[in-house]
Amino acid sequence: MTTTSTIPFDIERIRADFPILDQEINGRKLVYFDNAATTQKPIPVIEALMNYYRGYNANIHRGIHTLAEKATADFEASRRAVRDFLNAPSAEEIIFTSGTTMSINLVAQTYGRHFLKEGDEIIISGLEHHSNIVPWQMLAGEKGLTIRAIPVLENGELDLYTFEGMLSERTKIVAVNHASNSLGTVNPVKEIIAKAHAAGAVVLIDGAQASSHLDIDVQDLDADFYALSAHKIYGPTGLGVLYGKRALLEAMPPYMGGGEMIKEVTFEKTTYNDLPYKFEAGTPNIADVVALKAAIDYITKIGKPNIAAYEHQLLQYATEQIGQMDGIRLIGQAKEKISVLSFVLEGVHHQDIGIILDQQGIAVRTGHHCTQPVMDRFCILGTTRASFAMYNTMEEIDKLVAGLQRVKKLMA
Amino acid sequence: MTINETQDEIIEEFELFDDWEGKYEYIIDLGKKLTPLDEQYKTEDHIIKGCQSRVWLHAELQGDRVIFTADSDAIIVKGLISMLVRVYSGHTPDEIVNSDLYFMEKVGLQQHLAQTRSNGLASMVKQMKTYGLAFSALQKN
Repeated sequence: MTTTSTIPFDIERIRADFPILDQEINGRKLVYFDNAATTQKPIPVIEALMNYYRGYNANIHRGIHTLAEKATADFEASRRAVRDFLNAPSAEEIIFTSGTTMSINLVAQTYGRHFLKEGDEIIISGLEHHSNIVPWQMLAGEKGLTIRAIPVLENGELDLYTFEGMLSERTKIVAVNHASNSLGTVNPVKEIIAKAHAAGAVVLIDGAQASSHLDIDVQDLDADFYALSAHKIYGPTGLGVLYGKRALLEAMPPYMGGGEMIKEVTFEKTTYNDLPYKFEAGTPNIADVVALKAAIDYITKIGKPNIAAYEHQLLQYATEQIGQMDGIRLIGQAKEKISVLSFVLEGVHHQDIGIILDQQGIAVRTGHHCTQPVMDRFCILGTTRASFAMYNTMEEIDKLVAGLQRVKKLMA
Repeated sequence: MTINETQDEIIEEFELFDDWEGKYEYIIDLGKKLTPLDEQYKTEDHIIKGCQSRVWLHAELQGDRVIFTADSDAIIVKGLISMLVRVYSGHTPDEIVNSDLYFMEKVGLQQHLAQTRSNGLASMVKQMKTYGLAFSALQKN
């Protein structure tokens, strides 16, 4: 295979779609490298939100008037767009939630609470975000379960050899991320799922970080549950997705009561609605769901492989440029990575780096990134993390390098 | 010197800098020069919770004055703390409790006080005032 050095898409045109990038912070052109926390929104997403509120804001699935029908149609069109985005077998297996965190909590509190019993085990990994640790700990505390974590190797990859040894007939759930938010490691989830299934466990994949970078095919992966957040794929905040295999979702009890999740209510008994409505109590986040389709359409138009290839170039360039600086220690150098670069600068606190970079208009994340076990693993308190999206440029990476040189000069 | 006189003095010092680099160089320098906190006070119960950096604060009453000493593992926060110590330390509990902190905003550092989650600075000021209140109550008993 030959590699191409040309950029497969028009970066200037893409940047023009993200109006937020065109501003100055502290007198400098904004460089936004905090994309793992949240991505910026392109004009079609912003317009979808505006059009919805200006034109057809209405409650869905109930009204018979024109606005309600239009809102319902767009809401359900978005569900089908998510199905295509994940290659799920059917739209009924797509549940809208408030985000990845709620998706994971939903599985823990319904599937977990219903099917797990004392003595069962849940396997997570040492790379998990707190959102894929705490819900399981809450469940474990309630039901007397054991949680075990797959160890992390020095390069930031998971120790799959140990993972295999951890699997047993007691393992009921394996919950791991597709890609790590703090190190960028892409986990071999297809392999993890196959091994977990062989042991009889169901698998939840936390796709929050992977979803904007990697092609996701839940059928090819054979994932039982896949969770993601809209705001990390150029969509609105406060909205997430839970994909679940139909048989599992059918077997699970509802999570919350009220609104769309019921079929019939008498004071004696309530029968629950069909999928996906069983898990969508109350009036959903209609405007943001509608706008999510605009985000998915935008990504699809540019093409995930093009985005991935371009981001890979950004990561490679940043790794070379920053990796060769004196006193820099890169944390996480897995073979497969999404565009996340985490590092520590010897003798300089990450917060100081963040403050000085901000003075130069450069937005990075500093701290433990809500993955304290990862920090403990590498015996550090935190890192500086630059995470890249499709609208970032090589010149911006040069600015980061220059910014870090100034940090070093000031801190010397 | 009163609390406000010290604040005005700091504001004047910062007027010398016309760019952020000079300002932060000065803060970093203040951090490096801050009187070290006695190691015995670098304990959990002296730590002020902040998400990003660790901040330790110790207070004691000497005569009718409160003496503050502090430290942080991040140098900019340490520099900011040194200014807070300079403003509040050596004053009576009542002076501290009744004071109004305005120099941070005047010198353009208010963002450091605004984010309670990312650093412990706002909590640090709150803690200093809490010590003031506690010592004030002690004096009145």
